[in-house]
Amino acid sequence: MERNLMKGNEALAEAAIRAGCKCFFGYPITPQTELAAYMAKRMHKAGGVFLQAESEIAAINMVLGAASTGVRAMTSSSSPGISLKSEGVSYIAGSDLPAVIINVERGGPGLGGIQPSQADYWQATKALGHGDFQLLVYAPASVQEMVDYVVKAFDRADKYRMPAMILADGLLGQMMEPVSFPEINPDAYDKSGWAANGHKNAREHHIINSLYLKPDELENSIVERYKKYDIIKETETEAELYLTEDCDILLCAFGATARVVKSAVNTAREQGIKAGLFRPKTLWPFPVKEINEAAKNAKALLSVEMSMGQMVDDIKLAINCSKPVHFFGRTGGVIPTPAEVLEEIKKIGGSL
Amino acid sequence: MAVVFERPHALIDVPTHYCPGCTHGIVHRILAEVIDEMGIEGDTIGVCPVGCSVMAYDYFNCDMIEAAHGRAPAVATGVKRTNPDKFVFTYQGDGDLAAIGTAETVHVATRGENIVVIFINNTIYGMTGGQMAPTTLPGQVTQTTPFGRSPQLAGYPVKVCEMLSQLTGTAYAERVAVDTVPHIKAAKKAIRKAFENQKAGKGFSIVEVLSTCPTNWGLTPLEAIKRLQDEMIPYYPLGVYKDVEEGVFPAEGGNE
Repeated sequence: MERNLMKGNEALAEAAIRAGCKCFFGYPITPQTELAAYMAKRMHKAGGVFLQAESEIAAINMVLGAASTGVRAMTSSSSPGISLKSEGVSYIAGSDLPAVIINVERGGPGLGGIQPSQADYWQATKALGHGDFQLLVYAPASVQEMVDYVVKAFDRADKYRMPAMILADGLLGQMMEPVSFPEINPDAYDKSGWAANGHKNAREHHIINSLYLKPDELENSIVERYKKYDIIKETETEAELYLTEDCDILLCAFGATARVVKSAVNTAREQGIKAGLFRPKTLWPFPVKEINEAAKNAKALLSVEMSMGQMVDDIKLAINCSKPVHFFGRTGGVIPTPAEVLEEIKKIGGSL
Repeated sequence: MAVVFERPHALIDVPTHYCPGCTHGIVHRILAEVIDEMGIEGDTIGVCPVGCSVMAYDYFNCDMIEAAHGRAPAVATGVKRTNPDKFVFTYQGDGDLAAIGTAETVHVATRGENIVVIFINNTIYGMTGGQMAPTTLPGQVTQTTPFGRSPQLAGYPVKVCEMLSQLTGTAYAERVAVDTVPHIKAAKKAIRKAFENQKAGKGFSIVEVLSTCPTNWGLTPLEAIKRLQDEMIPYYPLGVYKDVEEGVFPAEGGNE
C-alpha cells in the first residue's frame, strides 16, 4: 500500500474527505490550522463544501445544519475553540445527529498556550456541553491512527446518530509520519427516516429538535439515548495492552504521551523492572474490561498525562480502587520525557 | 358551497401556543401561503429560533430544524451549502437575531447566503416574559427596563434593515408590518419576493416584520396594533431598504 509522509493535521483532513465527509466548517486556531487550510484546498475538488465560519460557534452550528440533512459533516479546533463549540455539541447530541469534531489540544485554561496538552480529557469525556449526554472520544497516538480513527469516527457517528470526537494534541497535529490510506467504502447508513432534506411531498415532515417541554418526554428521550450508550460501552471500547501479562507496575497513558511512556517501559524492562503499558484508544467509552485485564497481576498503576491528572480518576473507577493508582503529569504544554517517567517508575518500584 | 378561505397546506392544522392578539399567526399564515403558491413545500427546510416561535416546527408542514438561540443563520448556512437546490428560511425574533445572534446575522448577510430570513420585531422578549430586546424603543417599559429604556444605561435600538442593507451580500431588505390588511398584503408580497430571490440565486434576503406582543406590552390586541402604528412605525420606517435586482454575485464564479 502506498505510504505518504504527512503532517498529522493534514492527514486528519485527507482521511475525513476519503471517509465521505461532504463539508467542513471551521475557524482558524493554532495548532490545528493546517487542517482547515488543507480542507480549503482539497474539499472543493472532492465535490464538497469548505467554509470558514465567523466563529467557532457558527462553525459547529453549520455542522448541525448540514448533519440535519443527512450529510457527513465535520469541524475542528483546539481547546479554547472547543469550549465555544460546546453549546452546539450539546444540541447535536440532543438532536441525535451524527457529526465529527476534532480537538487538537493545546494548554489551558483560558488562552493558555499553543503547545501540546491533554487537559481537555474531562471536557471531552465528561461534559462537552450542558445536559446528560456523551460523545464517542477516540485518542490516536500516531498519524496513521489519526487517519484510521477519523474513518471510524464518521462510521460510528452515523451508526449511533451521535457526535464523535478525535482527541488529539498539538504534538500529533504538528508531527509528520508516513501514512497509508485504507480503501474506504463509507457504509451507507439509511438516513431517510429522519433527515430534514425536503420531504418532496412523499412523506411526513421531519423535525430535528432537542426541545421537550414535558419532563416525561425529555426523560424518555434521554433514557433511550443512554440505552444506546450501554451498548456502546459493551461493544466499542479499544485499548492497546503492551507487556502487561506479567507486569508489576502498569503504566497508563493515551495519545502522544503513550509513546513517551512506551519508551520508558522498554528502558525499565531492560533494567529488570516489570513494567507494562495500558493505552486506551477510546476514552469514552473507557476500556474498563481491558484495563482490568491489563492490571490483573500489577501491584500498582501509574497514570501519565499531559495535565494535572484527569484520566487517573477514570482508572481508579475502572479498577474500583482495588490497587494503588499513582499519577505523574506535566502540563501547560510541557511534554514529559522518558527519563522523567522512568524515574517515577523507580520511585513506585521502591514502594511495591 | 365554494371554499374561499382555506388553511394553507404548508401550515399544519393544530392549535398554536401563541397568545390572543399575537401577530405570529398572521406571519405564519402568509409565509405558508407563499410556500403553497410557489409549490415548494417539499423542497423547503425551515429553521426555528429560540423565542416565542421556538415551536414553529410543529406548525409548518415542511422539514424543520430547531436551532440554538441566535444560531439559526449558521444552521441555515449548513443546510443551504449542502443542499443548494432547496429553499431554506429562518424565522427569528429580535432577541435571537439582533442580540445573541448578531454575529451570525451579519455574516450570513455579508456572505450573501442565498436564504430567506423572516425577522419578527416586536420590541420585546416574549417567551421569557417581557424583557428588553435589542429593538426595545427608548423609554419603553419592560421587565428589565422598569423605568423605561434609558439610552444612557441600555443604549439604542438596533435598526436591522438599515444595518444589513449596508452589506454587499444583502440582496434584499424590506421592513413591513402586519397591522392592517394593506400592510399584511404588502408583507406577503415581500416574503414572496424574498423566496423568488432565493429561487433566482440573488443572495441574502431579509423581511423584517413589525409585530405586536399584547401580553408583554400589557395592552389589548387593538391597543397593541395602535402602539405598533403610533410608536413603532415612526421609529422603524416601513419600506424597501435594499433591492439588488441583478443579485449580489457576478455572473461567473462570483462565489469562489
